[in-house]
Parts: sequence; structure tokens; C-alpha cells
Amino acid sequence: MSAVVAIGVDVGSTTCKAVAIDADGRILAHLVEPTDPRIEPQVERLVAGVRGEAGDLPLGATGYGRKRVEAGRVLTEITCHARGAFARTGRPGVVVDMGGQDTKVIRVGPGGEVVDFAMNDKCAAGTGRFLEVILGRLRVPLADVADVARRAARAVTVSSTCTVFAESEVISLVASGAPTEGIVKGLHLALASRVAALARGAVTAGAEVFMSGGVALNAAMASALQDALGHPVRVLPEPQLIGALGAALAVLPRAA
Amino acid sequence: MILRRARYEAAGRVVGPLLASLDAWRRRSRSRSRARAPRTSPFGPPLESVRKLKELMSVHYFQGRYAEGAVPVAWVTSGFPVEILRPLGFHAVYPENHAAICGVQRLVPALSDAAEAEGYSRDLCSYARTDLGSVITGRTPVGRLPRPDLLACCTNICQTVLYWYRALAERFRVPLVLVDTPYVYGEARPHHVRYVKDQLEELVQVAERVAGRRAEPEALVEVTRIAKEGSDLWAECLAQGMHRPAPWTAIDGFFHMAPIVSLRGTEACNAYYRLLRDELKERVRRGIGGLRDERHRLLWDNLPIWFAVRQLSTLLAERGFNFVCASYTNAWAEAGSRIDPSDPIGSAAAAYTHVILNQDLPNRLGILRRLARDYGVDGAILHSDRSCKPYSIGQIDLKDRLVSELGVRVLLLEADHSDPRAYATEQGENRLAAFMEGFA
Repeated sequence: MSAVVAIGVDVGSTTCKAVAIDADGRILAHLVEPTDPRIEPQVERLVAGVRGEAGDLPLGATGYGRKRVEAGRVLTEITCHARGAFARTGRPGVVVDMGGQDTKVIRVGPGGEVVDFAMNDKCAAGTGRFLEVILGRLRVPLADVADVARRAARAVTVSSTCTVFAESEVISLVASGAPTEGIVKGLHLALASRVAALARGAVTAGAEVFMSGGVALNAAMASALQDALGHPVRVLPEPQLIGALGAALAVLPRAA
Repeated sequence: MILRRARYEAAGRVVGPLLASLDAWRRRSRSRSRARAPRTSPFGPPLESVRKLKELMSVHYFQGRYAEGAVPVAWVTSGFPVEILRPLGFHAVYPENHAAICGVQRLVPALSDAAEAEGYSRDLCSYARTDLGSVITGRTPVGRLPRPDLLACCTNICQTVLYWYRALAERFRVPLVLVDTPYVYGEARPHHVRYVKDQLEELVQVAERVAGRRAEPEALVEVTRIAKEGSDLWAECLAQGMHRPAPWTAIDGFFHMAPIVSLRGTEACNAYYRLLRDELKERVRRGIGGLRDERHRLLWDNLPIWFAVRQLSTLLAERGFNFVCASYTNAWAEAGSRIDPSDPIGSAAAAYTHVILNQDLPNRLGILRRLARDYGVDGAILHSDRSCKPYSIGQIDLKDRLVSELGVRVLLLEADHSDPRAYATEQGENRLAAFMEGFA
């Protein structure tokens, strides 16, 4: 078995991720936990968890809490998702990273570099938090969401993409007897249209679109985004770990 | 009246300068007595001229406190042909400049709340909200703003000014002159310029009536000559930024532009820019930069984010990024070439119709392209300013064109020129960090 040579942590707004990689950039161990307000002890625990028996290793950090981590390199999620995705695909393309509280559209160049990026601004519309809040209101567990959406005979239109307004819109839809499945599907479409608007400029004909971030674990979201973009969307393997992987790759000791 | 006039003159010539030098002396002795911090600042040594700039602007605002009843007072928009008012002895107040001062001092939320309480929407320009809030509450960081006798507004910067100044006219019950400038596609047509010129001729009559005196044609020629020279001097100051390293930053420029905005057409303004130009040239000669270590050169588009300008420029400067030019400071340097002292009114009509915000997107792209090339920038930050829609519209296209034509990296940064409530610090700084990482 190959040895762990670098560690990456991604302290996101919703979850904290740590990965340990070998010299080829393969993930040998990973841990994911909901983000704790006390960042330092949590990161320490996760790093120790993925490091296993290995001694001190180079550490890369990303995510909103990255500045609280004592790491060899501290980089934004934009750079890390680009690097992580490129390591997985080996090709340029567009990475749509849907995270807990923001969504980023990153154009990745032929060397894995960031060519350009766009982000949702100031509010959580178009992010994982949006789904989480509304699904909580509908009492649909996150694990079941893709199945629930798939069961819908047709989507119920949810016109708001503002999390707060959408919540009240959904309350009135429920009150008027709209089926839960249809509302869940409608939420995905509303969210996808919001993200597609952000991505449209970057997604040119022939460009490959990859999805990363925790929200990509929800298969219904990827298919809604594909429909909204009118363009194939490929979910990267272990999408939630792409940022942490990019952070680890940034401190990977170069082969002698 | 005579007594008030004497007090106004004394405030501008004797008391103001005396207080300003006393204040400068107090600051100097305070900074001498403080233990020096380790020299970790990413910026080069501060400009000596800053002291003179502070003095000039403090005296201007100090004198303004005594203008009421002593001389006619006009409140004017930043793009108004103020040259026409100067020969009539008007003291010009720039609510936009005043609002910028409020922005730097983070007074905008409180002033805006007062305006919002009277029914003005938060979606209005934050300069308008600040000014109206200041009028409503009487709060100002400059002591006191003199009441206007005339409101002078030109639509070459936006349409908001029209409604903003109408609200002021209703409040102060004084005449409002509106100069309407047709939007320029390509080059203004002769009949457009004639239309503006006709309005300026009418303006002269209204201003004469308010001032209670006739405008001397020679005096107008002289003020126009001074204004042209001022604009050219400012252009010369900005052009020093083409050198490597740039002897200052465009952020310095945002502060040093106050005289060309507020004191345009006065000898004091030009004397200041001669001093600044000479200092900048000397820094170029000695290789002194605005940053200690300039590694990347950036262009800034739109108004500054007044309340965060220092934090943002420091964040960038720490990584060797310097703003070497800005389309905003450049706007006041462009006018010089069109102003012609032998035809004050006609050339003012042409010059003020062609300001950047009154020009179509291809022209704006042309200006950005020229600045990017002349100043050798390798990146640009386009501030998408919530308050300034005319400046912000089209920036996504401008961004795409700058990227594809010049191969520079461009970031669109969403904020506001003076309302901190419309800016998310963490997200803004995250974007800047990602932008800078792209240069590695």
C-alpha cells in the first residue's frame, strides 16, 4: 500500500473535510464532519484521524475557515476545486462547485489553472443551504431527496430563489395541497436555473462541465442542472472532497 | 453683507490656513512622540503633498461655513460645468465629494437611515441618500455646509441627480438649473452640442440673476484657461503612474482628485497639482514606488469603495499588487483636451457631454483598453457599484472583452461606493484572494 505524503483540509461553511493523499494524488483516507464553531480543535482531530500512523506531513487548507488553520499553504476554494477537479479529470473544463453557502463556477485551463470564476453574491440563493432549509420545512431527509424528486409526476413551480422567500412560498404551496414530491422537484429546478444563469457565460459549446461540492451528492440536482444548462454535467467522484484534495495537492512534495 | 464677506475672506485666507497649519503641526508632533512601528507596511513612503492636500481641502470646507450670506452658494454635481459659475463669485459645494468624506468616515448608514425614514429608497444611490440624510439631520463631518442659493445639476453622470436635486430644490426653495446632456454614441453630433450650449447660455442668465451681477466675458475666459490647465496638470500627475514602479497608487489618486473635482477652475487647485506633479516626477527619478515591491499592475474601474479602500488596497499591496490607473480618476483628466478658453461655453458643452459616464460601451471599452495598454497592466478590477448603475452596466461585457483582447485577468467585485451595508467583506476578500492566486 502506498504511503500518505500530504494532507488537505477544507473548512467549509457547513462541513469540514480532511483528506490524506499519496504521491500520486490518490485519496487514501478522508473524514467529513459538520463544521464546528471551534475550528482549531476540529481540524486538529480530523488531521490526526486521516494521518493515521504517519508523522508530520505537509498540510494545505482551504474553505471559509482556512485562515484559522496553521497550514503550509492556505488557498481559496476556487483554486483548490480547480486543482482537485483537474487531478480527477486531467482535462480543462468548467467546474460548478455547489457548496453549503456559496456556488462557484470555475473555468479551469489546460494546466489546471483558474482562468476565470463567478460566484453567487451576498445571499445563499443557489446553494446547499437553500435546499437544506426548505427540505427541513418539508421534513424530507437529505438522504432521500433524489428519490423524492424522482417520484414527482410533475414539478410544482417555485418562483423564489431567495431562501427566505422560497420558504414562505413553500409553506403556502403545502397549505394549498401541492404534493411534496412536486415541490421538491420544483425546488431543484429553481435552484438549477439560478446556478445555470451564473454558469451560462462560462459554459461554451464543447466545454466539459463537472460538478463538485456537497450538493453534487444529490443526483437530482445534477440532472436538474443538466436540464437547465442544456449541456451534459458530470459529477466528479467524491465531489465533497474535491476542495480538500486540491488543498492537499498544493502541498504535495514534488517528485525528486 | 460686507461684514459677512470679510469674515468669508478671512476664513479662506487667514483663519483657515492658520488652523490647518496648527492641525498639521499637532499631527506632526504627535507622530514624532509616538514610538515608530516596525516598517512592515507594503506601501512606499507617503507623499509629502498629502499635507498640502489636507490643508487645501480643510480650508475649502472651513471657508464654506462662512459662505452663506457672504457670497452666492451653488450646490453642484461632479460633472457640472462649474467654470461658468466661478466668475460670478459662487462658492461651489459638491455634495458628492461631501458624501465621499462621509463614506470614508463610515457615516453613511446613519445618514442613509434618516433619508430612508423620510421615504427615500435604499436602492437609491448612496451619495444621494447621504446628502439628503445630511440635509435632514444637519449632521456633517465638515462642520457645516452652507445653504445653497442655486442648485446646478448636469445629467452627464446619471439621471439620479435630476431627482436628487429636485428633492433639494423643494427643500431649500431655491432655483434649480438642469443641464441635460444627450447620451453619446460614438461622437456627439453637432446638434447635441448646440443643444447643451443653449442650456449653458440660459444657465449664465439664471446664475447672473442669483448672483446679482453680470458675468464678465474675460473672467470666464480666464477661469476656463485655469480649468483647462488644471485638467492637464491632473493628467500629468496620473501619467506618472505609467512608470515602473508607479510612484503612487491609484488609491492615492482617489484622495488627490478632490481639488480637480471641487476646486476646478481655481488657481489654488492648479498650484496644488504643480506641487504634486513635481513630487511624483521626483519619486520617478529616484525610483520610489507607491508600493515597496510592485509585482503586478492593476486597473480599477468605477468609483472607489470609500469605506474599505484602505483595507482592500492593503490586502492587494501585501501581495505586490498595485493599482496604477483608474478610469474614475482619469475622467477628470480627459476634459482638458476639449476645453478651449477662446470658446468657453461652446467647448464646455462639448467637454461635459463627452464625460465617460455619458458615453456608450464601445467608447468606455476604448478608454479601458487605452489605460490598460498605456499603464501596462496585467489585471483589472471592475467594481460593480450597487449605487452607480450607469457606471456598472455593461461591465460583464467589458470584462469579457478585456480578457479576450488584452489577455489580462479581470475580476468583477460587487460592492458600493459608500454604503458598507451593500458589501460583504468576507466574500469580497475571498474573491480578491482567488483573483490574486490566479497570478501565481
